[in-house]
Amino acid sequence: MNHDQAKAFVRQAVQRVVPGADFTGLDPGVSLRDTFEMDSLDFLEFVEALAELSGRELTEDDYPALVTWDGCAARLVAGAGASAQGRSG
Amino acid sequence: MAEFTMPSLGADMDEGMLSEWLVHPGDRVTRGDVIAVVETAKSAIEVECFHSGTVEALLVDEGTTVPVGTPLARIGTTSESPSAEISPAESRPPESPPAESPPPSTPLVRRLAQDLHVDLTVVHGSGPGGRITRADVEHAEPAPARDKTVPTTRPVKPVRGDDWAKERPAPLRVKASPLARRLATEVGVDLADVTGTGRDGTIRADDVRSAAAAEGAQRPAVPDMARAATARLMSRSKREIPHFYLATTVDMAAALEWMHACNRELSLSARLVPAALTFKAIALAARKVPALNGHWVDDGFVPADEVRLGVAVSLRGGGLVAPALAHADTLSVTEVMAALKDLVARARGGRLRASETVDPSLTVTNLGDQGVEAVFGVVYPPQVALVGLGRIVERPVAVNGLLGVRPVLTATLSADHRAADGATGARLLTALDRLLQHPEEL
Repeated sequence: MNHDQAKAFVRQAVQRVVPGADFTGLDPGVSLRDTFEMDSLDFLEFVEALAELSGRELTEDDYPALVTWDGCAARLVAGAGASAQGRSG
Repeated sequence: MAEFTMPSLGADMDEGMLSEWLVHPGDRVTRGDVIAVVETAKSAIEVECFHSGTVEALLVDEGTTVPVGTPLARIGTTSESPSAEISPAESRPPESPPAESPPPSTPLVRRLAQDLHVDLTVVHGSGPGGRITRADVEHAEPAPARDKTVPTTRPVKPVRGDDWAKERPAPLRVKASPLARRLATEVGVDLADVTGTGRDGTIRADDVRSAAAAEGAQRPAVPDMARAATARLMSRSKREIPHFYLATTVDMAAALEWMHACNRELSLSARLVPAALTFKAIALAARKVPALNGHWVDDGFVPADEVRLGVAVSLRGGGLVAPALAHADTLSVTEVMAALKDLVARARGGRLRASETVDPSLTVTNLGDQGVEAVFGVVYPPQVALVGLGRIVERPVAVNGLLGVRPVLTATLSADHRAADGATGARLLTALDRLLQHPEEL
């Protein structure tokens, strides 16, 4: 999976939760939750969708890495086992 | 024999449109089966049957608007304990007398007509049975601001279904769910152009969304009916309820630590969010302080016999609904989580059930999820209290004389001073705080 493919998964996952979410011109460094007004249940659904689309296992320790479009894509590209880097404990 | 009546689906509802029958005469039904879809000013709601038996007759056609309490169907009940099967709606008399042969239209449409100054008696209904649809109103000419002394000479055209049917060939009725129809109107998609992927080609909401995305259709600027319904209820609350407000700061370290430990064991789809813990704790606190769990009726407080936790859900595109999480005090935290996910998804998808819209005993708003640190809400009448949850933030906190950084939550209570005093409210917030310090006991 390259960065662009990963970004496409992120877009699809957000659009599954927020139908019609517009990524045109979106700064890849801004918070997805704030931009698309996702609450905690939406975010959980987004993580579920992202895991399903990408085939990556995403744990709660990955959440801090899943804030921005770029951050999500980087986490997906890094692949399995990357979560350990995300948090010390 | 029992009657299935138009239920009251919230404090602000006095009539509803029977939009779809899901049963036919002769069908066997069991108490709890969803047998009809009713459209209110806010949304389409699935209505369950309160009796078990056989549907003998459907008394109201699809597309008809009737007052709360009007019999909709006759159900031949089975012999076993019919006395135990009492519809909550039976205890309420209709709040308004049946209107005299109004043109078929829904509350949504009538409110839109009012907002756009359209006279419904001169609008031609293009819906099934001559029903006036939202599109009819939007395309109608607003009534001119005419001189009141000159009576209009425009003949009032009857819009009854029979006349309509005689005048025009009936269009092919497109099979679509009520929500799909509503969405289609909202986003400006013609259902005739949508391919249905549901059973028998029925158009589902997702089909409309896909079609809208494909067409790039723009949402027309129409007044939002859900917004209007919320406006009416909140205005009533602030007119009638003398609010008082309390706040407390809850240390969430123990609760979050417990939650993270649980989540490591749980599958992704079953993972908890903090709301599952806080909602359960609020439900338990409400049970401990019953003076805030109930309704203000006829100048007196009536305690509820269970905790039906109303959950304020903001709808995408505006408006607010607060369906009830039943027996929230007796569910486990994981059960609360599952019920919450299901309830919010269906509230946003426009598929709530009638039993979920009736009489929450206490409401919680979790606006912290949208980033604010504290929310002082407006009580939903006839309830007497509302708990507001802010965002969990890390703050320097002194614990046992030592300063540390802890996750904290600002919990607030808005309450009706007619029903309770500040000390009672304080007991509820204190109980909530204490419960969240022992998450394993939730």
